[in-house]
Amino acid sequence: MKASPGGILAAYRHIDSATEAIGALKKSGYDDFTVYSPTPNEELLEAVAHRVSPVRLWTLFGGLTGLVTGFAMTMWMSYDYAIVVGGKPIGSVIPYIIIMFELTILFGALSTLVGLAFHAWRTNQRGPFDGRFSDDHIGIFVPCPVERRPAVEQLLTAAGATEVKVEIG
Amino acid sequence: MATTAPPDSMPASQPTYADVTRDVAATLGNPTKGYYGLLAFVITILLIGVGALLYQIRMGLGVAGYTPPVMWGVYITTFVFWVGIAHSGTLISAILFLFRSAWRTAVYRTAEAMTVFAVMTAGLFPLIHVGRLWYAYWLIPYPNQRGLWVNFKSPLVWDMFAIGTYFIVSTCFLILGLIPDIAAIRDKATGWRKKLYTITALNWRGTDQQWRHYTRAYLYLAALATPLVLSVHSVVSWDFAVSIVPGWHATIFAPYFVAGAIYSGVALVITLLIPLRIVFRMERYITTDHFENLSKLLLLTGMIVGYAYVVEYFMAWYSGNTFERASFWNRAFGDYWWATWTMIICNGFLPFLLWFKKIRRCIPALLVISLFVNLGMWFERFVIIVVSLSFEYEPYAMGHYTPTWVEWAILSGSFAWFFMWFLLFAKNFPTVSITEVKEIIPMPRKRAS
Repeated sequence: MKASPGGILAAYRHIDSATEAIGALKKSGYDDFTVYSPTPNEELLEAVAHRVSPVRLWTLFGGLTGLVTGFAMTMWMSYDYAIVVGGKPIGSVIPYIIIMFELTILFGALSTLVGLAFHAWRTNQRGPFDGRFSDDHIGIFVPCPVERRPAVEQLLTAAGATEVKVEIG
Repeated sequence: MATTAPPDSMPASQPTYADVTRDVAATLGNPTKGYYGLLAFVITILLIGVGALLYQIRMGLGVAGYTPPVMWGVYITTFVFWVGIAHSGTLISAILFLFRSAWRTAVYRTAEAMTVFAVMTAGLFPLIHVGRLWYAYWLIPYPNQRGLWVNFKSPLVWDMFAIGTYFIVSTCFLILGLIPDIAAIRDKATGWRKKLYTITALNWRGTDQQWRHYTRAYLYLAALATPLVLSVHSVVSWDFAVSIVPGWHATIFAPYFVAGAIYSGVALVITLLIPLRIVFRMERYITTDHFENLSKLLLLTGMIVGYAYVVEYFMAWYSGNTFERASFWNRAFGDYWWATWTMIICNGFLPFLLWFKKIRRCIPALLVISLFVNLGMWFERFVIIVVSLSFEYEPYAMGHYTPTWVEWAILSGSFAWFFMWFLLFAKNFPTVSITEVKEIIPMPRKRAS
């Protein structure tokens, strides 16, 4: 496991302090920082301003794959073992819609989870963590070299951090 | 997640974020003697059920009370009952999530867990019913030496796909919702629980990137789960509706079954939440307002079910079909009149009490009503399945089915199986969502304070 990078870690109790700090960091040219929060929060997400997650594409392509798989599987297996049941056509599309629908949902759901795991891994933000960030505090970690740490520390404190500490990587 | 409605429904003495974590964490660990006693009781009942199943496997299906033409009995009744129970969980967690309904946050976890355990219970019954359960894998389309494939026109195969998908998706939904909560508990826990939660939290730290992907994934899973809820019980209803048995062959079966499923599921959610709220001292989070909202849902679905009963009888009369008319007359006044009237009174008349606000806000009354609704819904399935089969077309082919002790023991074992999982879950994982309850509490502001 790679070690955490060095930088400044700040804890906030107030949402507006945290969004103010994020705004100030962006204005100062910092983009590579991590924001920890106990819940997903609209204001924080807006302040961080990420693009919409690409997980939705996994859902779409997973669902379409399920649909095609459902159709191909039912039709191919029906003709591969061609036996008339109940006087119905060998390949009866209407009852097969049930299988196609279920596989659309199943593949869509599973690929959503795979997409989530993949993107969470790809955009993994290393950095120190504090148990308060899953409880009632918002955390901001700014990785930065030693010479820039005093300026960042001052910026985060000015926004209203309850605690700011230097993390040595 | 991320965009639930504003906190209109929170009580005046609003808990803080720290209160939520502390109060929910307090429900985990340190089980009492009462808990172990209850767990021992359900495991004993489960063992009796397992014993009865082993006896049936040893002796054959003849030990069940099947009497031609009634070859679907308690097992299929109980299968449909448990699949129905499973429906309200996803309704509360997925559909109400998409509607941004804030009140669901305190109750949805219990409903979701109930869904998963109910599907696990339901899935056992088709296997028990077919007898040789070790051949269950024949339902899966797998390559084999004889080049045989499953019959995709068979409702049994539809069930396998529908219920299998429902089980996987609802389990994923439950686990996904649990991850941030487990992380919150992890940061408070000690000892072996800390290790357990560290592993099961999957390195969750609540970073902006994690929330970014998580909220999207949760939204799309909810969007996928919503039509799935409607489809699964529709597919189960088609097990009956595609046949020509009088009392089954009706176009209203899918909506009728879906409404009935949600009705019974909401009733069991109420049944579970009432003791849970008292034992875990969760009155601050699961309030009377929550029960009132659940009872409104019960009232709505109860009215739909009651309407479906009326429509069934109307169609039997209006169709002019002699067999349909005879079948429905037999339901109400034949050998099984007691089952039909239990169903009608519990499901058709009892929900009318919920029109009164005082009853909707009276917890003991709701507990009694929810228990009767569950009883009525089990009998609804019994009436649809057993009574219809016992009275088909030819008088010489009519028969009377009485369940045997083996079937009652397996039925009891299924309840014990369900409650065993629920008890284990309730003491080891948060039954109230920490993250989502926090979401409806506004974060403190420097300027306001």
